[in-house]
Amino acid sequence: MSVVEEIIKQHSNPGRDSLIPILQAVQEREGFISRESVIEIGKALDLPASKIYGVATFYNQFRFTPHGKWVVQVCRGTACHVKGSAALLSRIERELGISAGGTTRDGLFSIEVVACIGACGLAPVIAVNGNFHAKVSPDDVPEILRHYRNQIVEARQ
Amino acid sequence: MIQIEVNKRQVEANKGELLLTAIRRAGIKVPTLCHFEGLPPSGACRMCVVEIDGRLIPSCATAVTEGMKCQTHSAKAVRARKTIIELLLADHPDDCLYCVRNGNCELQTLAEEYGVRTRRYQGEKSTSHLDVSSPALERDPAKCILCGKCVRVCEEVQNVSAIDFAGRGSKTRIETAFNEGLNKSSCVFCGQCIKVCPTGALREKSSTKEVLEAIADPDKYVVVQHAPAISVSLGEAFGLKAGTECSGPLNAALRQIGFDKVFDTSFTADLTIMEEGAEFISRLKGNGKLPMITSCSPGWVKFAEEFYPDMLENLSSCKSPQQMMGAVIKNYYAEKANIDPKKIFSVSIMPCIAKKFEVTREEMLTDGVPDIDAVITTRELVRLMKMRGLDLNAIEPEPADNPLSLKTGAGKIFGTSGGVMEAALRSAYMLLTGKELDNLDIKTVRGLEGRKEAKININGTEVGVAVVSGLKNASDLLDEIRAGRNDLHFIEIMACPGGCINGGGQPIGVTPEAVAARMKSLYSIDKNEKYRASHLNPDIQKLYKEYLGEPLGHRSHQLLHTHYAKRDVVK
Repeated sequence: MSVVEEIIKQHSNPGRDSLIPILQAVQEREGFISRESVIEIGKALDLPASKIYGVATFYNQFRFTPHGKWVVQVCRGTACHVKGSAALLSRIERELGISAGGTTRDGLFSIEVVACIGACGLAPVIAVNGNFHAKVSPDDVPEILRHYRNQIVEARQ
Repeated sequence: MIQIEVNKRQVEANKGELLLTAIRRAGIKVPTLCHFEGLPPSGACRMCVVEIDGRLIPSCATAVTEGMKCQTHSAKAVRARKTIIELLLADHPDDCLYCVRNGNCELQTLAEEYGVRTRRYQGEKSTSHLDVSSPALERDPAKCILCGKCVRVCEEVQNVSAIDFAGRGSKTRIETAFNEGLNKSSCVFCGQCIKVCPTGALREKSSTKEVLEAIADPDKYVVVQHAPAISVSLGEAFGLKAGTECSGPLNAALRQIGFDKVFDTSFTADLTIMEEGAEFISRLKGNGKLPMITSCSPGWVKFAEEFYPDMLENLSSCKSPQQMMGAVIKNYYAEKANIDPKKIFSVSIMPCIAKKFEVTREEMLTDGVPDIDAVITTRELVRLMKMRGLDLNAIEPEPADNPLSLKTGAGKIFGTSGGVMEAALRSAYMLLTGKELDNLDIKTVRGLEGRKEAKININGTEVGVAVVSGLKNASDLLDEIRAGRNDLHFIEIMACPGGCINGGGQPIGVTPEAVAARMKSLYSIDKNEKYRASHLNPDIQKLYKEYLGEPLGHRSHQLLHTHYAKRDVVK
């Protein structure tokens, strides 16, 4: 049984109303919403793929690409903003060659923007798979990314 | 009836109706960009705001109440409308001069009417790309004002839902699923979205350039056919009354544009009836599935391949009249006129967008040669005529060319919903009984309703027929059949509501009254034709005698019949 089938089975009367909980559950299990899942959900709920895609793109919580090995969360809360998180985010985007919400082609990194990470004292702050980096300046970015990339390379060797 | 006050004038209104409807009935013009007649209000564009007690309310989404007092053109209402237009223009491309809708754009017209003379707001321009993935239809999201009418017609009228709103807020756009383009989507290329689009965001993929190049090429023999609905639709673009029959001037205009031969698709509509009528009789006698469903509407055929693949055996194997004409021209006519078929460039003028797709289907090649080389719509024909300075009012009528133009009334009414059915029944009756129908007018299948049904008694057999147009109506009927309904023998389905007279390639801004006038005109042409049933067409009889043999014969199968296959699309 596919993941989507399993999830839909858990709903007693799956229909239009259950679309968002189903999307959430699929993302929880698979890390993202795949094209195949959308089509499968559409068939099960008798909804057009365009409509499901429309609903899923409406909400920031849904992603259409798998997470990278390292998820770089960039805080864009008020305190971080005041301390320059916009410049920080664009530096990370430039270094990785992707925009927020995307994943690098090698699957190593993805960038996620968070409204507030709850660590305003450390602003501007980023978290990589839960490891916090405090008071990050744009020029620190290459070193931080290298640190995580090396871990993968070492693990492979 | 209740009384309301509009601009200090007493106006009668029906209880519960929309304020906008009452205002318009009183002859007062209140603009809208998103209102869709016949569908529930969406209230998206706010252009129709009127002032009630100092407040602005959208008249398209407000029901009338007794004694309601509104001002449609108060300073406040007019200012609000003008601001909306200015905001819509803030991120609109400034390329009206290059736009296919130049001079025929609702946004442009409103900007003019509301006196927008300066750019008050400068918005970020759209960076979205043109979708040119499909062979029939193009989408330019940069010109989209998000009125949502295309989404609604696609979902609520056609039951296709190829596109929907994606994203949110200022990032909202209209997209196919995963933005993969129309060609991968479930779009059936009916083109109804083009007709409701207020701007140039949706348009046909134009073929006028290829046609003009072929005409300019001395080595090409360029022939053209025009569909039954064209001659009763074209006149409106030249100031004639809706429904005016213009076959004569149209033939002459096409020759002046430079086409070597002009043929009338009504002729192969008659041919379609010969084949389809014979096929129906054969199925009725137990050879093949019933109900048989017509296959002249390529939008409907694609819809069936996507959404009803289990019912493809019900579709008639007949090619559409356009494709039959294409095959007859490059085979029968080429042989008869001693022309190398490879030199023939075959153009068709259609009220249809999906015909552009149909010609690209691989089943529509005979020995590797496409039956038709280019399709242009009524709209593109109007552009070609204007480019050549041709005015339909000032051209002496001419007949079309033999031997592929003699038509019957039956062939002509193919242009309207119900016409194929009526034409088929006239000939099927003859085939089954050996007698002509006493009364050739089968009025129960006529009209603009989305579904018409009738029981026709042929030699004691009750033949159940249904005629539907608009794909939502088609789905509803097909679902009944899937659920076990079995009293129908023959069904006509056309993708566009009302049939080809309301096709996706027809002029923009057509009113329901104009569509009705086109229909009336087709039936009056039919009434006055010398021959009114396809099997009586002498040139059709000659075509069978000289070339095809008999309906459903070997040559017919090779040239005039096709097949269908389940289509995997994102849906």
